[in-house]
Amino acid sequence: MTKQAMENRFPDFRNFPDNKGHFGIHGGRFVSETLIHALDELTEAYQRLSADPAFQAEFDNDLAHYVGRPSPLYHAERWSREVGGAQIYLKREDLNHTGAHKVNNTIGQALLAKYMGKKRIIAETGAGQHGVASATVAARLGMECQVFMGEEDIRRQALNVYRMKLLGAEVISVTSGSRTLKDAMNEAMRDWVTNVDNTFYIIGTAAGPHPYPMLVRDFQSIIGREARRQFAEQAGGQPDALVACVGGGSNAIGLFHPFLEDEGVAMYGVEAGGHGVETGQHAAPLSAGIPGVLHGNRTYLMQDSDGQIMHTHSVSAGLDYPGVGPEHSWLKDIGRVNYVSINDDEALAAFRKLTLVEGIMPALESSHAVAYAEKLAQTMRPDQSIIVNLSGRGDKDIHTVASIDGIGIE
Amino acid sequence: MSRLAGLFSELKNQGRKALVPYIVAGDPTQEITLPLMHELVAKGADILEIGVPFSDPMAEGPVIQLAHERALANHTSLSKTLEIVSAFRKDNQTTPVVLMGYTNPVERMGYSEFAKRATAAGVDGLLTVDLPPEEASELSAILAEAGIDNIFLLAPTSTDERIAQTAALASGYLYCVSLKGVTGAGHLDVEAVKAQMDKIRAHTDLPVTVGFGIKDGASASAVAPHCEGVVVGSALVESIAASSTDAAKLAACELIADIRKAIDSI
Repeated sequence: MTKQAMENRFPDFRNFPDNKGHFGIHGGRFVSETLIHALDELTEAYQRLSADPAFQAEFDNDLAHYVGRPSPLYHAERWSREVGGAQIYLKREDLNHTGAHKVNNTIGQALLAKYMGKKRIIAETGAGQHGVASATVAARLGMECQVFMGEEDIRRQALNVYRMKLLGAEVISVTSGSRTLKDAMNEAMRDWVTNVDNTFYIIGTAAGPHPYPMLVRDFQSIIGREARRQFAEQAGGQPDALVACVGGGSNAIGLFHPFLEDEGVAMYGVEAGGHGVETGQHAAPLSAGIPGVLHGNRTYLMQDSDGQIMHTHSVSAGLDYPGVGPEHSWLKDIGRVNYVSINDDEALAAFRKLTLVEGIMPALESSHAVAYAEKLAQTMRPDQSIIVNLSGRGDKDIHTVASIDGIGIE
Repeated sequence: MSRLAGLFSELKNQGRKALVPYIVAGDPTQEITLPLMHELVAKGADILEIGVPFSDPMAEGPVIQLAHERALANHTSLSKTLEIVSAFRKDNQTTPVVLMGYTNPVERMGYSEFAKRATAAGVDGLLTVDLPPEEASELSAILAEAGIDNIFLLAPTSTDERIAQTAALASGYLYCVSLKGVTGAGHLDVEAVKAQMDKIRAHTDLPVTVGFGIKDGASASAVAPHCEGVVVGSALVESIAASSTDAAKLAACELIADIRKAIDSI
């Protein structure tokens, strides 16, 4: 496609969201009145600070020396050879401090909190990765931190719960609704509305009311900017395709966004197919949902015919969410990104495969991207390339995989 | 004149305040909601706010969250809620009924379809907690066309600019949230409410009801002098939930009679 055709086909991605936080029909600000003022304050502070060289320098410095960026772009040659198609490169977000891409965003938001003079941080978490990343930055900045986590997830992710406690955070058990991530997010919103004066709510994914989807995207876009430069240096030119898993979608938007205007780069967001999208037991709103309003934004949702949000299923707690970031919903609508799904069994097989073939154990979330990349690579030529966002490491999932194997680990 | 406008003008002439109880449709059964509505009117309610059950009631405290969960356990949908209002209208054509809920069920039904069915059922107003004015223009226009009042929240954090923007879109009445928090919170500050009401008055002549944290005659009569009506939600929902039989649940509406007495004697 020519540049002109690209320009005609898509709007200018840099103009989104609009000043009300809309990406097409998606996004926006659907919250109760009490929070509007806080969101206005945050938007204003973010606009001011993102243009402030001192803030940017501090953010960049933290990413370099605390997180360990840039994360490597690794050519998985053995795996590529075995797959027998395109060359597969892994963007190694698993090597970040705390083990996932989540920390890029918590560093950025905690810095915002610091500059805004907020003393207390709250966060929601599903698998515990965002909770750990939030507790980590709170510990470093000496801030009080409370993490909301569904009772069901606390049971499933005992290791991360204890990790957060060691970091000085308080983990608050959420017993309402389905007792998982979406309910933790409801409860964090309820806390924020009550303590809005002194509290900064660090949302973990590229969803929620404006400006969150925009600022999470901006903080995570370091992934795509690095990958773009690293690929040019290592392989020359641009990759043919990008693949990333999508729960709320923060690692995917971070990889995709800096490439959106590159017409030759195809993009694939991989949702959690659970037991199979056809069974209804999955977490794939872009594949099987319809637009609606939840957690402060309009986006594709898994909902029933009465507009009630449905229970989701995925082997990976981090993808087990009925909504998705609004920019992904828009990128689906305009056809810039392809959204596909990988079911539990395929993700588990990819987890084992990458571990054995490359000695890299991916998080179960990232394993969805790994599984789809393998399918995609087989349809491509060896002179073509794919970048897969390896968004997190799999240590946290060893218990889950062991229990599927019937092995109990103390 | 809409039922709500008529009511507030009549109350003003009588020097009385509106008493607005809130219950969730279908809590705990679909059968009890209709008799509860009639009983609340008999005990002195002027307007009924009926909560539309939603799976993710983000603005609610624990008491009303549980009410939503009980109502969803018996599959009380927006459609079912409209049927209940319709049944209520067979015997009561005067008491305004306002639906209070969240955007998604209304959006799923479709704004126009909702407006059509709500009008047919005899609904007077809609308050969608998570639909602030900047996202509400489409729904507001459709409701206005259908003659359904669009009720908005104002919060302690609302700036003068937002109060003006909200009042311009609102009709029926404005719902002033008394505190920073969720429904049923326990830190009502009457002086703060008074200051907030002064701010609101500078921008609108619409009647204003105050809710969140009003739980008995004392708290209601402390707030009532500063506004046109008081909303009682969590305290009522909790006392109904604590009563085991249907007869006891109806008897729990006595709370509304107590509050009626208290606000009529200020």
